[in-house]
Amino acid sequence: MSAQIIPTRTPAETALAEAFAAAKPALPGGAEVAKLREESFAAFHDAGLPHRRVEAWHYTDLRALMREALPIAPLPAAAAIEALRAEFAGPGALAQRLVLVDGAFAPELSDSMPAGVVVRSLASVLAEGRPDLIALLAGQGLGAKDPIAALNAALMQDGVVIEVAPGAQIAEPINLVYATAASAPSACFTRSLIVVGAGASVRLAETSHGKGARRGQTFGCLVVSVGDGAKFDHTAMVTETVAGSVRLETFIAHVGAEAKFDSFALITGGGLVRRQIFMRFDGADSVASLRGVSLLRGREHADTTLFVEHGAPNCSGRETFKYILDEESTGVFQGKIHVAPHAQKTDGKMLSRALLLSDTAAMNNKPELEIFADDVACGHGATCGGLNVDQLFYLQARGLPFAEAESLLLDAFAGELVDEIENEALVAGFRAEIAKWLSARSKG
Amino acid sequence: MLEIKNLNVSIGDRKILNDFNLTVQDGEVAAIMGPNGTGKSTLSYVIAGRKDYTVETGEVFLDGVNLLELEPDVRAAKGLFLAFQYPLEIPGVATLTFLKAALNAQRKQRGEEELSTPDFMKRVKQASDKLGIKSDMLKRALNVGFSGGEKKRMDILQMALLEPSFGILDETDSGLDIDALRVVAEGVNSLRSPKRGFLVITHYQRLLDYIVPDTVHVMAQGQIVRTGGKELALELEKSGYRDYVTEQAVA
Ligand SMILES: Nc1ncnc2c1ncn2[C@@H]1O[C@H](COP(=O)(O)OP(=O)(O)O)[C@@H](O)[C@H]1O
Ligand SMILES: [Mg+2]
Repeated sequence: MSAQIIPTRTPAETALAEAFAAAKPALPGGAEVAKLREESFAAFHDAGLPHRRVEAWHYTDLRALMREALPIAPLPAAAAIEALRAEFAGPGALAQRLVLVDGAFAPELSDSMPAGVVVRSLASVLAEGRPDLIALLAGQGLGAKDPIAALNAALMQDGVVIEVAPGAQIAEPINLVYATAASAPSACFTRSLIVVGAGASVRLAETSHGKGARRGQTFGCLVVSVGDGAKFDHTAMVTETVAGSVRLETFIAHVGAEAKFDSFALITGGGLVRRQIFMRFDGADSVASLRGVSLLRGREHADTTLFVEHGAPNCSGRETFKYILDEESTGVFQGKIHVAPHAQKTDGKMLSRALLLSDTAAMNNKPELEIFADDVACGHGATCGGLNVDQLFYLQARGLPFAEAESLLLDAFAGELVDEIENEALVAGFRAEIAKWLSARSKG
Repeated sequence: MLEIKNLNVSIGDRKILNDFNLTVQDGEVAAIMGPNGTGKSTLSYVIAGRKDYTVETGEVFLDGVNLLELEPDVRAAKGLFLAFQYPLEIPGVATLTFLKAALNAQRKQRGEEELSTPDFMKRVKQASDKLGIKSDMLKRALNVGFSGGEKKRMDILQMALLEPSFGILDETDSGLDIDALRVVAEGVNSLRSPKRGFLVITHYQRLLDYIVPDTVHVMAQGQIVRTGGKELALELEKSGYRDYVTEQAVA
């Protein structure tokens, strides 16, 4: 007889189990969705919070780093929505926006969408029980083994479901805005879906509104389905300003044939951030670029983990991630490119580059290739070091003080990936955010 | 006026400059010629303030200011300019952005007002026209993908804009074809003035046909071993450096 193993639960795991049990009856969706939630929670519960010995989480030991589970944020009060309404009425508010307040879709704060775009709340889609959308929302196998993606599926409260009609050409970005109303530290579980119809073109820009007034735990998931011949552009501004916050984002993308996919994310600040991206080329002849910049200081920790699956021939993937790490911060980059046996002519290049500005900052890199096709061109590289002293000296010799020379080089390093965004306003916004981070640095 | 007094410099435990002495007057163009590896670039880097070197003893004065105590950017603002033997590529920094940042940083250090953009653009246009630098090159990242000649011209453009009181040119002729050499030399010659001194470092006499020096110094094993007029360069062209190298090795 084998000894029975009784796993010890951490207080956070216990609190999450209690939260699920308490929230379950009120979570949206019929019997099918309830079943999905139960299965997902069981998957999370069996694994527990991922820790060092879980390969995909080796460098982000959530069991050690997330000591408590905050209570789930209540639905935002009407007064809070009113207060936000005034803020969004002001000049400079983002146009064509969809606003989530503590994870709940707030139509009162959102704009109407252009022709060809239909938006509904996740809660209503789950309640309606449309099997096609629910199947897409569940990720169709991507991220299925990840306990945090599973936890999100179990507890998903709300979000938006955006459907872009085949052939629709949406010129201006759809802004997906995360606002907070709750004043007490709290957690939210959102899941959103965007379905880009065949031949359509759309850009989605994720931002936060009102820089984190409170400490929070965000378990987010964005699922994208890009139809054949479609073009999907995406940016995410992940700025957390409250120390001790946890932000775990799962990004699931299915890319059809002859499609174009471009995504950029900027991570600055906050306690613990992980973005995990599961992307699969489902159809042939597509092109995808995934890029990201993380700017970290203090004891911040940011993890970007990619699983890129080439499941169809002749697709090209470019993954480039950069880190600037100051003080005692930690950067993590893990990237796995998997090429299926029939995905011939795959062209995959993955690169991670880190600049360490202090002796106490740390970078962990783990690029991997898993190639089962024989006619492919795949490669990866990782660099890690300080700024180039010869370049610094050259700039100083031309009259730039050391701090200014350093800022110029750091700005160029990070900005290179921003400039590839095909939208001037977004480029300007990201570059301003980088400049802000750099100026806070030179002020000490 | 540039004065270098008893300069002893080493890298690690290797001595590079040995009791080096040199004075260049205002308005003077002095050439330093010498075999490879003799410490010419080291000398220029030490004057400009690069940190890899240990200055054991000695002083370097520019117009009476002791440079060795100053950061490289302060030395630049005091009027020193070094045209690099190998100008650096700076990806992601547009040449114009860099030129403006450098010019304004120096003005700020000297307590002068920043240049207005139209003023700045006018100056850049004038200087770049003279050097045959096209405006699309100014929009590109500094020196990235530039040919050897373009990089050298870009360094001379910077010198023209920054208007230093003293210019050091480290092997400005290396990697240049004859046409590029002529353009670069004309650029330098047009900056010659009674108030501005130059130290022109070169391995070959050829450059000195175009930038005609007032004095020529021969450097070997980290020292000036001979000084003369411009005819000394021609003599070296014929006989090479062998005499000086062996002389030092024997001594
Ligand atoms: N960073 C360095 N570390 C070690 N040795 C160096 C370094 N830079 C130059 N040297 C050595 O110092 C000597 C002088 O070099 P350099 O000043 O470049 O000579 P030159 O410019 O006259 O050719 C050479 O022997 C060179 O190998
Ligand atoms: Mg040299």
